[in-house]
Amino acid sequence: MLGLERRDLTILIAVAVITLFAPIILNPFPTGSALAQFNAGYPDLMQRFVIFGIFAIGFNILFGLTGYLSFGHAAFLGIGSYSAVWMFKLLSMNVIPAILLSIVMAGLFALVIGFVSLRRSGIYFSILTLAFAQMSYNLAYSVLTPVTNGETGLQITLSDPRILDGESSGLPVTSLFGAEMRDTTTLFVGPWSWDFSVGYYFCAALMLVAFYISVRIFRSPFGMMLRAVKSNQQRMNYTGLNSRPYTLAAFVISGMYAGLAGGLLAAMDPLAGADRMQWTASGEVVLMTILGGAGTLIGPVLGAGFIKYFENIFSKINDGILHQWFAFMPDGLENFVVAVIHPFIGKGWHLTLGIMFMLVVIFLPGGLVEGASRVGRVFRRRDRKADHVESDAARQRAAAE
Amino acid sequence: MGILEVKGVNKRFGGLQALGDVNLSVKQNTVHAIIGPNGAGKSTLLNCLVGKLMPDSGSVMFDGQSVLGRKPHEINQMGISRVFQTPEIFADLSVLENVMIPCFARRDGAFRLHAYETVGSERDIRGQAEHMLEDVNMADKRHMHAGSLSRGDKRRLEMAMCLVQEPKLLLLDEPTAGMARADTNNTIDLLKEIKAKRDITMCIIEHDMHVVFSLAERITVLAQGTPLVEETPENIKGHPKVREAYLGEAQV
Ligand SMILES: Nc1ncnc2c1ncn2[C@@H]1O[C@H](COP(=O)(O)OP(=O)(O)OP(=O)(O)O)[C@@H](O)[C@H]1O
Ligand SMILES: [Mg+2]
Repeated sequence: MLGLERRDLTILIAVAVITLFAPIILNPFPTGSALAQFNAGYPDLMQRFVIFGIFAIGFNILFGLTGYLSFGHAAFLGIGSYSAVWMFKLLSMNVIPAILLSIVMAGLFALVIGFVSLRRSGIYFSILTLAFAQMSYNLAYSVLTPVTNGETGLQITLSDPRILDGESSGLPVTSLFGAEMRDTTTLFVGPWSWDFSVGYYFCAALMLVAFYISVRIFRSPFGMMLRAVKSNQQRMNYTGLNSRPYTLAAFVISGMYAGLAGGLLAAMDPLAGADRMQWTASGEVVLMTILGGAGTLIGPVLGAGFIKYFENIFSKINDGILHQWFAFMPDGLENFVVAVIHPFIGKGWHLTLGIMFMLVVIFLPGGLVEGASRVGRVFRRRDRKADHVESDAARQRAAAE
Repeated sequence: MGILEVKGVNKRFGGLQALGDVNLSVKQNTVHAIIGPNGAGKSTLLNCLVGKLMPDSGSVMFDGQSVLGRKPHEINQMGISRVFQTPEIFADLSVLENVMIPCFARRDGAFRLHAYETVGSERDIRGQAEHMLEDVNMADKRHMHAGSLSRGDKRRLEMAMCLVQEPKLLLLDEPTAGMARADTNNTIDLLKEIKAKRDITMCIIEHDMHVVFSLAERITVLAQGTPLVEETPENIKGHPKVREAYLGEAQV
């Protein structure tokens, strides 16, 4: 179905079900309980999960398949955001044209940057992309102020033309043919509360489409050529294949994914700043992809979710909360434990993430996906062992009789 | 006029004259062997034919067209495939995928954005690849990781990848090095079979004289970057110049 084999279809359906029920799954703890701060099911964060999921899925098409490590993909994220905000200012608050322009603009920039950067491979390619991204960042920050509104960032204002929308009394909000992105319905079940937001479901639907396309690319002859680039570019060229347009196509596709992600960020919150293009943002998507499992289908989505969860949840834990948790301990011990944990929480979440990243890279080079499949294998082996024991016992019984 | 005409090719690496005024003419539908001691410049010559190296001077014509200045993939699309001295395969891909890729290259050209199809639905390509693998006795290994093959199997796989393209000219750089005797004989049989089945020109570099004398119709002896003699196998055996170049190397 959908041109997918059974295994891939199963994965797609699983991802669809999880994204559909994410508002419930991500809020396992009753509101107001001590653990409620570990709940991630609020619209703002869920939107980030899927948007950065899209960003990482696209990045994986380039890095996971061809092995070309771009350190400048945040540039396309930023370009997507600026394009979308301009569309909100000039044309309409409808998110569709905004997102379309984001994808197209990011694709065009990717074509130019990719054309130049892909003349080199390995570390030189990475440095070239990094240089381009930093250039874009600095341009957006200063030189291109008329387009990007510099330091303040690009925002919508009451005086914008918005040709298609006509007059509005207050500052308008982004919408999909009238359905406002910020609309949220909250469902209360017993002590739980679940937020179902229009914005989240819009992003989630696009992520599913993006994921589906990436699966198709992975399983296509084109995807096979990209893996061939990673495996042995020399052999590829002596086999009559021109590796350059293949890598360029992968670069542009992944740039368009980044543009879509940037457009969606702006669609959820219509402002765009140069910070979105900074090298830390480019590095983040690299971390997401590697942490989840580069070259795997769902790895990047997992990695994106993981990192965004840490960024938003761990960073909120402070000493006060720690003291609450460890209040049962004698005072001296309590203070000691809090002091030990302190560097890893709040602003220290980067430290925790860094340690986890190192552990994953050293012990699970295939990322979280490899971890999951190892765990799966252990269970399967145990099952088989149990089967063996049973059948042995049966044979012995039969022999005894 | 041969299908491949090499005229006055020179190539220097710093102070080393790797190729000095090489002239070579390979006739269509023949097997032409190039032999010579280690470091004679045999691989360097092949590199100049497939676009890996640019000669300092001279001309290389294939099928009436110059190959010099063309990119490797363009030369391959003209009909020249090459087996390397150290096997060049897609180590991270499966054996079957390794053979499917040249099939795609032959059907779709140097680039095609076939992202909307699936590999699974390409039955023709898959059929071709599986057929080829049967011909080289590797059908049972088709789902193996190519990187985990033995050295001899890697060579056979690389040969399959080249043969499945049905090239006009097949360049083989020591195709049986590292193979067991039985596999060497299989390879000889395979190449003979291919030769009998369709029009193909082969240029083969080999140290194993058994292979050379089983296959070659013409033999060129290269020493220190210069061709010494070009002869038929019968005439080369007792040739004094060859003895000189090979002294103590192999029993010619
Ligand atoms: N890229 C290079 N740079 C510098 N020197 C090179 C290069 N390639 C080959 N050479 C030198 O040129 C000479 C010819 O090398 P070549 O590989 O062509 O020999 P060969 O005849 O293939 O030998 P063998 O039988 O050992 O494969 C050698 O002395 C080698 O060291
Ligand atoms: Mg050699």
